[in-house]
Amino acid sequence: MARVLMKGNEAIAEASIRAGCRHFFGYPITPQSEIPEYLAKRYVECGGTYVQAESEVAASNMIYGAASTGTRVFTSSSSPGISLMSEAISYIAASELPVVLVNIVRAGPGLGGILPSQGDYWQATRGMGHGDFRILALAPSSVQEAADLVVEAFDLADKYTNPVMVIGDGIIGQMMEPVEFKAERDPSTLPKHEWALTGARNREPNIVTSLYLDPHELEAMNQRLYVKYQQMEREEKRWEDYKIKDGMQLCVFAWGTVARICKTAIDELNNEGYTIGLVRPISLYPFPMEAVKAAADKAEKLMSVELSTGQMIDDVKLATGRDCAFYGRQGGIVPGPDEVKKEMVKVIEGERS
Amino acid sequence: MTVQTIFSRPDSLRECSTHYCPGCTHGISHRLVAETLDELNLRERAIGVAPVGCSVLAYKYFNCDFAEAAHGRAPAMATGMKRCKPDNIVFTYQGDGDLASIGMAEIIHSANRGEKITVIFINNAIYGMTGGQMAPTTLPGQVTSTCPFGRDVNQAGYPIRVAELLSTLATPSFIARGRLDNPMGVASAKKLIRQAFQYQVEGRCFSLIELVSTCPTNWGISPQKALDWSRTDMLPFFKTGVFKSPDDDLPAFKSPEFAGVK
Repeated sequence: MARVLMKGNEAIAEASIRAGCRHFFGYPITPQSEIPEYLAKRYVECGGTYVQAESEVAASNMIYGAASTGTRVFTSSSSPGISLMSEAISYIAASELPVVLVNIVRAGPGLGGILPSQGDYWQATRGMGHGDFRILALAPSSVQEAADLVVEAFDLADKYTNPVMVIGDGIIGQMMEPVEFKAERDPSTLPKHEWALTGARNREPNIVTSLYLDPHELEAMNQRLYVKYQQMEREEKRWEDYKIKDGMQLCVFAWGTVARICKTAIDELNNEGYTIGLVRPISLYPFPMEAVKAAADKAEKLMSVELSTGQMIDDVKLATGRDCAFYGRQGGIVPGPDEVKKEMVKVIEGERS
Repeated sequence: MTVQTIFSRPDSLRECSTHYCPGCTHGISHRLVAETLDELNLRERAIGVAPVGCSVLAYKYFNCDFAEAAHGRAPAMATGMKRCKPDNIVFTYQGDGDLASIGMAEIIHSANRGEKITVIFINNAIYGMTGGQMAPTTLPGQVTSTCPFGRDVNQAGYPIRVAELLSTLATPSFIARGRLDNPMGVASAKKLIRQAFQYQVEGRCFSLIELVSTCPTNWGISPQKALDWSRTDMLPFFKTGVFKSPDDDLPAFKSPEFAGVK
């Protein structure tokens, strides 16, 4: 396949087609509206379904219904819309159905703004809705990786019969980069699900529910989900090590596009004689605890850089049991490499924590 | 003398007892839907969607594929199902709190998109499962646990007439209201339900059948008095009939000539 220059949101949309998905239910919201716009045309051309729902609440319940029939289904939104979807995602996780959703995060809280942010890290990694559940959360740092992770997300959703979120900041959605797509998956080759609601022909009726009035039955369901989450934690941790070596002065932790800014800063500082490495978690849940700990063990100091007031830093501290410096910008402001360099040097020189 | 079976449980109902209160009309409504599925040979194609409310456990009583929706979201869930599986027969079964309060956006937009689904709407003018609170369909002056002095229309407004409301939409649909307070009413309601499913089989339109129902427990009266009250007090406000049919003329409109991108 030839490389093409595409906007992140369009690449994400196209990747869902390559994954064999033909059904999208969504609602427009900046900065991800190119995804529904792209699919309104492409899914219909492919003989699929595009439905513009009346709200994110409805859209997320449409994907709940679609997934219950064993159909590959996709939605996308941005932060305030994802909050509205969190109710249905809880039901979908409880009902153990595969769905893929994309969150192109914008700055909040509240209506906030429309510029990039990483302020939804906690929401993505801490279950996002009511009740005791987790979703797989995958964070790309390039348009290519966004396209690849969307395809992978559909297979992971099927593997775990669980919602999978691809979470990118507004930069991922809006920037253009070259991308090469995998071969398109023939929808007829997708796995068939025994639990799907397709009509009780020559079998007992299938039931999709999240209601368990008997506390013992509900606890058994909670335990069944927990077994899946343990398997995710064993098998689905993804991360990138960058310039990690023994005796580093500083190990930086950053996800998404912020990691790319940090890499530029690290390259320049290492050329100036500093020794700095970086771990970029790709799976935010499950968080790559061991990889973060292993890299941290090689560094004198630790630092988390985020587009928030500090959310992933909690996981870094849990993984390492150590203090960790923090630098973040909020409101949609993205720091440049020079700004990040200054802060890294301050941490190394002991001028800030 | 030969023994002949002239009345039996429909195949579309499971052989089990329900949790519904004695005298509640849910049993009649379940049976009418199940008889229709049997008669139109739809049981093996059917996917039902249960609401949150008294009929939250409907999936345990119907003998077909079923899902349990979030509160008010059954029409959205049914939309997702029907769009992915157009050959299946998708129906929701919802009460007045679920459909006319928290789920008002979902029902209006499903109807307006013309989703080819069938909605059975149980209107008993009260919240049953949560213990008798005011519903959007509670009658003016009707006493419930959250309007202990009677529904005050100056504060809570008038009851919402869902069938009339939905029938104002331009999108073709089949919208009707039936009654369950006497055998003739039940027979008429059955015809409406059957017509609604038939339209879905033909892929014609969205349909909603509102059934004026009872809640003896939370109304605090006997089943017989509850049927009487539904007749004397509910029916004057919630009139029965067909409010909209897919054969109705569409409102006239002129296609705008777009200057922009086609």
